Amino acid sequence: MFFTYLSRELRRRMRQAIFIALGLALGIGLVITVTAASEGVKNSQASVLHALYGVGTDLTVTQPPAAGSGKGIAFGFRQQLKQLRKSQVAVGTSVNLNSLVNRQYATLSPAMLTTVTRQHDVTAAVGGLSLLDVTVSGTVPSVSSGGGNFQSNFNTNTFTVDGVNLSQPDLGPLSAVKLSSGSVLTAADADADDALVDSGYAAQNSLKAGGAIDVGGTSFKIIGVVSAPAGGNPPNVYIPLAKAQSLGKTATNGSLTGQLNSIYVAAENAADITTVQDELAKALPSATITDQDNLASEVTGSLAGASSLANNLGKWLSVAVLAAAFLLASLLTVAAVTRRVREFGTLKALGWRSTRIVAQVMGESIVTGIVGGAAGVALGYGGAALIDKLAPKLSATVGGGNGASVASSSKNVLRSLGSTAHTVSVTLTAPVTLQVILLAVALAVAGGLIAGLFGGWRAARLRPAAALSRVE
Amino acid sequence: MYTLSGVTKTYKKGRSRVEALRGVDATIEDGAWLAIQGPTGHGKSTLLQILGGLDRPTTGSVVLGGRTLSRMRETKLTRVRAHSIGFVFQTFNLIPTLTAAENVEAALVPLGVGDAQRKKRAARALESVGLGDRLRHLPTELSGGQQQRVAIARAVVKEPQVLLADEPTGNLDEGTRDEIIDLLEALWQDKGLTMIIVTHDSTVARRARLRGTMIDGLLTIGEATPSWSSPKHSDG
Repeated sequence: MFFTYLSRELRRRMRQAIFIALGLALGIGLVITVTAASEGVKNSQASVLHALYGVGTDLTVTQPPAAGSGKGIAFGFRQQLKQLRKSQVAVGTSVNLNSLVNRQYATLSPAMLTTVTRQHDVTAAVGGLSLLDVTVSGTVPSVSSGGGNFQSNFNTNTFTVDGVNLSQPDLGPLSAVKLSSGSVLTAADADADDALVDSGYAAQNSLKAGGAIDVGGTSFKIIGVVSAPAGGNPPNVYIPLAKAQSLGKTATNGSLTGQLNSIYVAAENAADITTVQDELAKALPSATITDQDNLASEVTGSLAGASSLANNLGKWLSVAVLAAAFLLASLLTVAAVTRRVREFGTLKALGWRSTRIVAQVMGESIVTGIVGGAAGVALGYGGAALIDKLAPKLSATVGGGNGASVASSSKNVLRSLGSTAHTVSVTLTAPVTLQVILLAVALAVAGGLIAGLFGGWRAARLRPAAALSRVE
Repeated sequence: MYTLSGVTKTYKKGRSRVEALRGVDATIEDGAWLAIQGPTGHGKSTLLQILGGLDRPTTGSVVLGGRTLSRMRETKLTRVRAHSIGFVFQTFNLIPTLTAAENVEAALVPLGVGDAQRKKRAARALESVGLGDRLRHLPTELSGGQQQRVAIARAVVKEPQVLLADEPTGNLDEGTRDEIIDLLEALWQDKGLTMIIVTHDSTVARRARLRGTMIDGLLTIGEATPSWSSPKHSDG
C-alpha cells in the first residue's frame, strides 16, 4: 500500500515532482561540477607540486643554513679564489677550480633521518643531498691589465647536483622522472661514478647517455638522460648519494660524508600528513617541514586563480543553489500537503496514525529527491565533461617572483628560489569521483528529507476535524 | 453505547466565540439507527465529529462502550477510530489516486491486516455494496452513487461498532439516494451497527429508527415512525 500510494501520488503530481526534482538536480549537478573542477584543479596543482619534489613524497624536511655560514661557497674554494685575486698565482697560469658545495641548506645528520623514520605515521623516509657544482676556469691576468677586469678573465659554470638514495628510488627526486635515453641509476650503482642528466640540461650542454660529466672534480659516466614532469624544477645532474657525500663540501669546506640536507617523507596516508608534520615539528624543532600546501601557496598564475575560483566562488554558488533548491522543494511539498489536507484528514478519520501519514509524505519527497539526485549526477557528469572539453589551459608559475633574500621554508624547497620563475601549462580536467557521487546521493536524500520533514510536519499538525471541514 | 454528558463545543472566530454545542446530553444504545436533522450551522456535523473522535468537546464527556473519548490521548483515539468507527462523508472523500479496492484497503492499513487478507476483505466489502466488478476503477471512473458505495464499503470493511454518516446522500440524485439508503439500512440490519446519520433529507431521516433534532446546539431525540424491519441484532 505504501509504495502503491506513493507512486500513484507522484504520478498525479508529475509536473510538480519533476519541477522539484529539476531544482534539486540543478543544485546537485552544480555541486558535482564544482567539486569535480575543484578536484581537477587540485590534481593539476598536485602534478605541478609532485614535479617539484617527487611523486609519493608527502613532506620534505630541510634546515635553513646557519646565519653567517658563508656565502654558500666552500671555504677552501673561496681561499683559492682569494689567492687568485691577490695575485699570489703567477700571471698566465691556467686555472680550473671546481667545488661541489652544500649551499642551500644546513646539513642533517643520519640520526635525524632515523628520528623521522621512527615517527608513528611515517611509512618511509629517505635522505638526499642537494648540492651546487661550481667551476671557475680561465687564465690569471697581469696586474697591468686592470684589477677591475680580473673576473672577466674567468668563466664560472654552475649546475645543481642531487645525491639520491638509490635504495628507495620511489621516494625523493628520482620518483617523478622519466627515462628519456640510456638507463636509470639502480641500487647497484650506489658506489659507481655514474650519473643521470636532466634532459633540459643535457640539451643545453650537448650531453647524452654514454658521455661524461665532471662533478666535484670527478668524471662521471652519463648512463641516462631523464626528464622531470612539466612544472618540475629538477636538478641538472643526479648522482648516487654516497658519491655526493664523499665529493661534496660544507660551506666551511667540511666533509659531507654521512651527511644529508633533505629528507623526503611519505606518510601512512593523506589524512596523516598533518599529524606527521606535527610529530616531526616536535621531534626536530630546528627543521623546516614542508608539505604540499606550503608549496601550493607558492604556485601562482591562472591555476592558482582557478583554484581560488573553484574553492571560493564555486563552493558558495553551489551552496546557494542547493539551499535555494532545498527551500523550493520544501515550499512546494508544504503547498502539496496543504492541497491534500482533506485527503489526510480522511486518512486520519480512517485511523491512520500521524507518523504513517508523515512517512507517506516523506517517502514521496525522498523519491523525488533521489530522482533529482540521479538527474543531478547526470548533469554533474555533463558539466564535468564540458569542463574537460572547453576549459582553457591553465598556467602555473612556481618559484622566483620576489627575489627575496631570506628564503621562506617552502621556497627553500623550490630550487629555483631567487632565480627565474618557472611557468608551465596545465590541462584542467574535472574528474567525478565515487565520493562525489555518494555526496550527491546523500544531498539528494537530504533534500528529500528536508522537504518531507516540512511537509510531514504540516501534515502531522492537522486536526482531523479541521482537515475534513476544509472546502476544496 | 454512546453516553454524552453536558457536551459543549465553542469555536473562536476572530474575536467572537461560536457555541456550536451548548450542553448535549444523550444516550444512544448499541444497534440504534439515529438520524439527526436540523438547520445548517446548528451543530449537527460538530456533534458527529465529536462522536467520531475527530474533535474533542470543550466541556462535557463522550463515552463509547465504556471508553471516554473526550479524555483519551490522541494515539488511543486514533486506535478507536481505526477499530470501532466507520465514517461516510457527503463528498465521499475517496483517495483520488487509489482504485476502489485500494481505497477500501486503506481502512484496513491501520489494523495491520496483511496484504492478501486486505485485498480479500476489500473485494468482499465491495461485492457487498454491489461493486464487485469495479475493484480496479479509480474514483474518477465511478459515478457519484458508486463512489459513495465505495466509501460505505471502506467504512464497514473493518466491521466497526459505529457507522457515522455526514449527509451521505447530499450529493446524490433521488434514485441514487434511495439506493444508498437501502444499502445503509441493509448493512445496519446485517452487521448490527450503531448508525448515526446527519441529514437534511426528511426521506432519509424517516427511514431511521430514532430521529434527533439539533437546534441551536441542543439535541433532542425521539422515536421515528417505524417504517423499517428490525435488524437481526436488534435489542428490541
